[in-house]
Amino acid sequence: MKLQQLSLFLENRSGQLREPCELLAAAGIDLMTMSLADTTQFGILRFIVRDPAAAKKVLEEAGMVVVMTEVVPVEVDNRPGGLARALAAIEDAGLGVEYMYDFGAASRGGKAAIIFRFEDPDAALAALSKAGIRVPTVEELLAS
Amino acid sequence: MSTWNDPPGGFHPVSAPDYLPRPQLEALQLQRLQQVVWRSYDRVPLTQSRMTERGLTPASIASLADVARLPFTVKADLRDTYPFGLFASPMEQIVRLHASSGTTGKPIVVAYTQADLDVWSEVMVRAFVACGVHRGDVIQNAYGYGLFTGGLGAHYGGEALGATVIPISGGNTERQLMVMADFGVTAICCTPSYFLHLLESAKETKTDFSKLRVGIFGAEPWSDSMRERIQDESGIRAHDIYGLSEIIGPGVGIECREQRGLHIFEDHFYPEIIDPDTGEVLPEGAEGELVLTTLSKQAMPMIRYRTRDITALVSDKCGCGRTLRRIRRIGRRSDDMFIIRGVNVFPSQVETALLRVEGTLPHYAIVLTREKGLDQMEVKVEVTPEVFSDEIRKLEELQTRLEASIENILGIRVKVTLVQPRSIARSEGKAKRVTDNRSQ
Repeated sequence: MKLQQLSLFLENRSGQLREPCELLAAAGIDLMTMSLADTTQFGILRFIVRDPAAAKKVLEEAGMVVVMTEVVPVEVDNRPGGLARALAAIEDAGLGVEYMYDFGAASRGGKAAIIFRFEDPDAALAALSKAGIRVPTVEELLAS
Repeated sequence: MSTWNDPPGGFHPVSAPDYLPRPQLEALQLQRLQQVVWRSYDRVPLTQSRMTERGLTPASIASLADVARLPFTVKADLRDTYPFGLFASPMEQIVRLHASSGTTGKPIVVAYTQADLDVWSEVMVRAFVACGVHRGDVIQNAYGYGLFTGGLGAHYGGEALGATVIPISGGNTERQLMVMADFGVTAICCTPSYFLHLLESAKETKTDFSKLRVGIFGAEPWSDSMRERIQDESGIRAHDIYGLSEIIGPGVGIECREQRGLHIFEDHFYPEIIDPDTGEVLPEGAEGELVLTTLSKQAMPMIRYRTRDITALVSDKCGCGRTLRRIRRIGRRSDDMFIIRGVNVFPSQVETALLRVEGTLPHYAIVLTREKGLDQMEVKVEVTPEVFSDEIRKLEELQTRLEASIENILGIRVKVTLVQPRSIARSEGKAKRVTDNRSQ
């Protein structure tokens, strides 16, 4: 099942991350996981929250630029080789990965979740399912 | 000035001089030119001494072509004679003073008699009419009120037209939008960059400006692509108005519905185009510096005032029927120009380059620095929702495209930096596009 990820433009200088975090805090929105990509000049904060539409609204009202993108959470075994197996399935299906990051503390029952940004999320879902790799539901992720 | 009883949408009597046959217009110009030269020669010592140096007396002006024999007036003359040295009327007859916001040292001061103010209102009425604004229109006048001529010039012109004028002045965007929606504003006067800011805010707050029909934008140069963007995004007609305090204020020239250059109100302001380096008058159609002579000013006549604005004079027939010659839209002022690595650069060129790259609104700033003896130019561009992506690669591609587009126009490499929305200061008056830190 696909998730809606939010991405936020940040200038690469100190203090830039604080304002969006404070805005989300004031709106009672919890960051479930996040990842920061950066260049020397700017950064992109990518994050997942329970109610992405509400978070987007809060940030946009403060004049920030936010985009919503579909990402796919992928369940992997939390042991050496777990991620490699999932990546092999993805590569075998000829799918392009834009980027990926760990879903925070989502380790339970020997499983971990990784967030993938695929060029084509629907094709990725089909390929993962065919390879027998599980895609956790939102509820499962939120329960962790 | 009394209001004019005009039928809505019809011919406005005050616009009659706009349609004068050229021979009559030129006869009027010559008569007024001779009068104003006499006035300035008699009453302004600087004019008399400069004419005397050239062996001229007012009687030397026998034809319109003789204007080229007269000495120029430059901005420094206004500073050197600060505050009242160029006045040609006694204080008892001067009813208004305006002053420019001098960024360096003393401001320049300009004066008006009641007759001057009446001329000013008249040309502003003619300007409004040329934009299709009439009695019954509700004008939001968001030019700054005060010493700056923009506010009061548009204000009295709007009232003389018989329109409803809202003297809201500049700034306080929230209140501007509330007034625009609640008062059913049909026409707005402000700087083009401030209107873009209003438009952006109106979209965010979902303000209803569906009644707004006409924008009259001036006080700073703006490009054709910026006009297209304003018109496309707002659905209004965006007219360029030209003016400067030294001559009278706004209302020296206006774009008619054809939007092919600005008609100069030639019965009051005599235009010439000169080579800015040699001072020679250039043939019609050639690009150069605009020089204006006030033909009817009493308190402060300006003889051949060098505007520093770069344009060309066009005299082909205009579709609107006006016989007044036009100047091409002013994309650049010789003042705004800066030189980097030996190349002359105008901010408007950077604007054109940015606009060529899809989706980039012209909120930008140019920063000049010197590193190890070498001039560097950085263009800060605000990220918009249209161009933002969650992928670093796409944003870096955008930077590269912007850099290539600027290099393509200027011929020099510049650094483009993407910055957060609203991190570049919005102007409520003239936009300040360039910060030069090279002397630090």
